[in-house]
Amino acid sequence: MIGADAMVKCLELEGVTTVYGYPGVAICPFYNSITDSDIQSILVRTEQNAAHAASGEARVTGKVGVCAVTSGPGATNLITGIATAFADSIPLVCITGQVNSELIGSDVFQEADITGAVESFVKYSYLVKKVEDIPRIFKEAFHIASTGRKGPVLIDVPIDIQNANFKNFKYPESVSLRTYKPTVKGNFVQIKKVIKELEKAKRPVICAGGGVLLSDAVEELREFSHRHRIPVVSTMMGIGAMPTLDEMYFGMVGNNGKAYANRAMNESDLIIMVGARVADRAISQPDLITENKVLVHIDVDPAEIGKNCGPSIPLVGDAKHIMQDFLEQEFSCEHEDWIKTLEEYRVTMVKQRTPDENYVDPAAFITMLSEEMQSDAVYVADVGQNQIWSCGYHIVKDGRFLTSGGMGTMGYSIPAAMGAKRGDMSKQVIAVCGDGSFQMSMMELATIMQHDIPVKIIVLKNNYLGMVRQYQHFTYKDNYSVVDIKDGTPDLEKLSAAYNIPFIRVENMTDARAKIQEFLAKDNTMLMECLIDPMDLV
Amino acid sequence: MQKKVFQLLVDNNAGVLSRISGLFSRRGYSIESITAGATEDPNYTRITIVTLGDEDVLEQIEKQVAKLVDVRDIRELKPESSVYRELCLIKVRSTQETRQGLFSVAEVFRAKIVDVNVDSLIIELTGDQSKIDAFIALVQDYEILEIARTGIAGLGRGL
Repeated sequence: MIGADAMVKCLELEGVTTVYGYPGVAICPFYNSITDSDIQSILVRTEQNAAHAASGEARVTGKVGVCAVTSGPGATNLITGIATAFADSIPLVCITGQVNSELIGSDVFQEADITGAVESFVKYSYLVKKVEDIPRIFKEAFHIASTGRKGPVLIDVPIDIQNANFKNFKYPESVSLRTYKPTVKGNFVQIKKVIKELEKAKRPVICAGGGVLLSDAVEELREFSHRHRIPVVSTMMGIGAMPTLDEMYFGMVGNNGKAYANRAMNESDLIIMVGARVADRAISQPDLITENKVLVHIDVDPAEIGKNCGPSIPLVGDAKHIMQDFLEQEFSCEHEDWIKTLEEYRVTMVKQRTPDENYVDPAAFITMLSEEMQSDAVYVADVGQNQIWSCGYHIVKDGRFLTSGGMGTMGYSIPAAMGAKRGDMSKQVIAVCGDGSFQMSMMELATIMQHDIPVKIIVLKNNYLGMVRQYQHFTYKDNYSVVDIKDGTPDLEKLSAAYNIPFIRVENMTDARAKIQEFLAKDNTMLMECLIDPMDLV
Repeated sequence: MQKKVFQLLVDNNAGVLSRISGLFSRRGYSIESITAGATEDPNYTRITIVTLGDEDVLEQIEKQVAKLVDVRDIRELKPESSVYRELCLIKVRSTQETRQGLFSVAEVFRAKIVDVNVDSLIIELTGDQSKIDAFIALVQDYEILEIARTGIAGLGRGL
């Protein structure tokens, strides 16, 4: 056995079934060993997408996503993917090959200090210096990635370590990290305080963030909300924590959210934030949300509590554990008037759109798509206007809604959809992107076809980098600078034909439903182009 | 803005100092001084960081540092219940005429003369920052050629 065999063995013992990546000399020992394993390798077309694909898989399976790339440019190409996962707390183990240990620091071919480069957006990183450290390091890496506030961990393995002889492989049964012990269980005194506040509150609201999904607390949240009739709003990362049409759900908050969701937050007298960061896009004036109200902030990461606003009741712990503790508490609260008010807001405070009938209306289209999708489908939104429309008009039933929320990384949807589909082949997986974001990862059509990953791709085409165009419309009085992509964008029908992917174009809403049905009829890869109004605003 | 002294106990892993200083620089926290050294257990390193910030920034610093995987413990060393010491070496120009004056200033501060040359000498002084600042102000009248300060190391008083 050599180091590379040990690496593969560790992955097998962690239950890894798929590694996304791109080989190169410095990771070749690993890719040589992996052929003897049942672990499948997915060859992406650029390394960044290996991390996004691993992220998509991790989010659907709840397990750690794994990617493996070579040293130097392979590793640096991975960085955006790692940063994207870090911003959304997605558990990944990223393996990079490194040049020979003795040559590190001498600027040899394809050498990059990747542990140094990713330091600010990994949860932890390792440079393996001794082959016998491999089992311990892999065990720790999976543990760190998947516990507490989840996130990416990088393991950099020099090629000589991968090739070194390894005797007496033994995978540790547990980790002994003296310095890393995340708090999972919530403090009982604090939990009691929250319940007391709920008994007093006249206008309570729960704001659910991505942490609810990451800690698998969805059922507990829904049960708690329904049992005590507590309204729920969500952040972008928290979409899907409640079904969109749930009577207790009142939409996404934030500057791109629903007016009635923001109103619910503003008028409430008790906000329970669960697994949410109080981030700038969700809460524009964090110092104001504590005005005239009690703020409870529940997060597994103590550093998030008090970072953007000072909560009245901080509660550190895992959302699932805390929600379970809440469910064990016997209490009653009464606020039917408040719910009636919110229900009224939900009906009256709806954004009116005036779509141009010559085009597909993205709002109506996305809702129609949701109606036709399987109820447990995975919807992956990209970044740009398409993301905001997706957040606003996609109806989540029992499925998932994935997007790059924190980093806002264009090109996320297609590779993440690949990973999500690989994570659960029984699910319908649909990536919705714009013509800008599509072109940031359209090389992955090759991966999709090579590995037979039947994901559906929808391109909302407006010939612009729409989100920036919209910003320039409002901020720079229509001085559109470097946002017109019309001339360079390829004919998507021909492009699809080149990859042997069936193609459908939707030009307006008249036959949209029939075309969506055709698009979704089979579990195959398909590309749909929707022509939308270039001047439309979110 | 207020000054705070943090004492850290960290796992003596490769790159631990760069992880900590990197956290400070990327989040825009200031480091006035940082000292690090092995402890009685070679697996751990003791780090003392002096930092400046508003109250909420200082709270964030404590939480963000505590979050680092290598950090076992971080606590504030409050002035009233801690001992701080800094080592300072000062090279001063000195002639036969000025030497005696420097000797007596050094004696008052219980500083040591660790090197004497024809036209300069090196004074070693240990103390808290204010003592060192005061000493430097005093020898300012003689010509200071070079100063090397370590930054403070500290421990809490009692158990």
